[in-house]
Amino acid sequence: MTETIWNILKNVADPEIPVLTVVDMGVVREVEVEDQKIIVSITPTYSGCPAMNEIESNIRWALEEEGYNKVEIKTLISPPWTTDWMTDEGKAKLQEYGIAPPEGSSADKSVLFGEAKKVMCPRCKSRNTTMVSQFGSTACKALYKCEDCKEPFDYFKCL
Amino acid sequence: MKAQLLEYTLRLGDNALILGQRLGEWCGHGPILEQDIALSNIALDQLGQARMLMQYAAEQKGGDFTEDKVAFLRPETEYHNCLLVELENGDWGRTIVRQFLFDTYNYFFYSALLSSADNRLQEIAQKAIKEITYHAQWSAEWLIRLGDGTEESHQRVQRSLNDLWEWTGELFSMDAVDEALLAEGIAVNLAEIKVQWDQKVNEILSLATLKRPEDAWMQSGGKQGEHSEYLGYVLAVMQHLPRMYPEATW
Repeated sequence: MTETIWNILKNVADPEIPVLTVVDMGVVREVEVEDQKIIVSITPTYSGCPAMNEIESNIRWALEEEGYNKVEIKTLISPPWTTDWMTDEGKAKLQEYGIAPPEGSSADKSVLFGEAKKVMCPRCKSRNTTMVSQFGSTACKALYKCEDCKEPFDYFKCL
Repeated sequence: MKAQLLEYTLRLGDNALILGQRLGEWCGHGPILEQDIALSNIALDQLGQARMLMQYAAEQKGGDFTEDKVAFLRPETEYHNCLLVELENGDWGRTIVRQFLFDTYNYFFYSALLSSADNRLQEIAQKAIKEITYHAQWSAEWLIRLGDGTEESHQRVQRSLNDLWEWTGELFSMDAVDEALLAEGIAVNLAEIKVQWDQKVNEILSLATLKRPEDAWMQSGGKQGEHSEYLGYVLAVMQHLPRMYPEATW
């Protein structure tokens, strides 16, 4: 039963990065079934992530479409979301989509007043890249540019 | 203890909410697109952290209180944010100085809150500290860039630093709420935070070739609900919509 639910959730796209599903993102933490009720626990990537409400409704709709009408969605903040929960499949999809996937684990503390991380350009695979801004098009991304192919690109930063 | 925990939660929530609101004023006005986006991102993180804390505060209040009611329907004297976060943005340099002074404090504060005896505050801290780490790094880098930049940028941030200094004392003053909750292992010991803050601030000011102002008279009162004349204007803008259209939804 829970496996069926997980399979449905594997088709729910992330509203900000539609190439990923909410499962690839690691946003869905738990699926429980109590009597006839489905309880899905989700966790925000960043605490102010504006996509959370939409993710919640998308999950609800996807389950309703398959005939599951009694759905409860819980939001968990602990343990806090980390990019380590993003699936390998998700990372590969990001790369293909043109967003550099998170490299290494946990927050990029090494860049604290030091050299910024050399992220691989998702287009030409060069590591000759420069961080333009730690804060990019969404809270979860930093803005980079490639010094070889000259393309700007988003990097999904570690959290 | 219950009343004190609620006030403590509101102090943290109001710091995040009011600073987020202030930073939101920059949206569309930043000096360059990338930094406009950076500041909006930081504002959004602050708002997200405010939401977690307001939800907790609403649960503590009980009844039909919601996070929105807590955030938007209190009068000025019931806000408990520190005065520093409600001050006007001024120019880009002044916003950076205010952000640097606060982020550095916030970074050490939330690092310490990770070991709070209150489970919920501990969980919120775990979530928030990851974001605050990025903020503290960003504002310190900008302070160095402006302080050690041109003659004009150096003068302007030094002036802002001198102006804002008197609003930093409050960050570290312990009152009865702090003391009572510290005894329970819930609150953060602000004397310990001060030592860490001093060290980091001195380090960054020196890299930024800025002079640390002398400690003199320090403003206080925000935590207890006595605010500067600036908060009223922030609230007028922030509360206008929910007060005019109480049932408004997206």
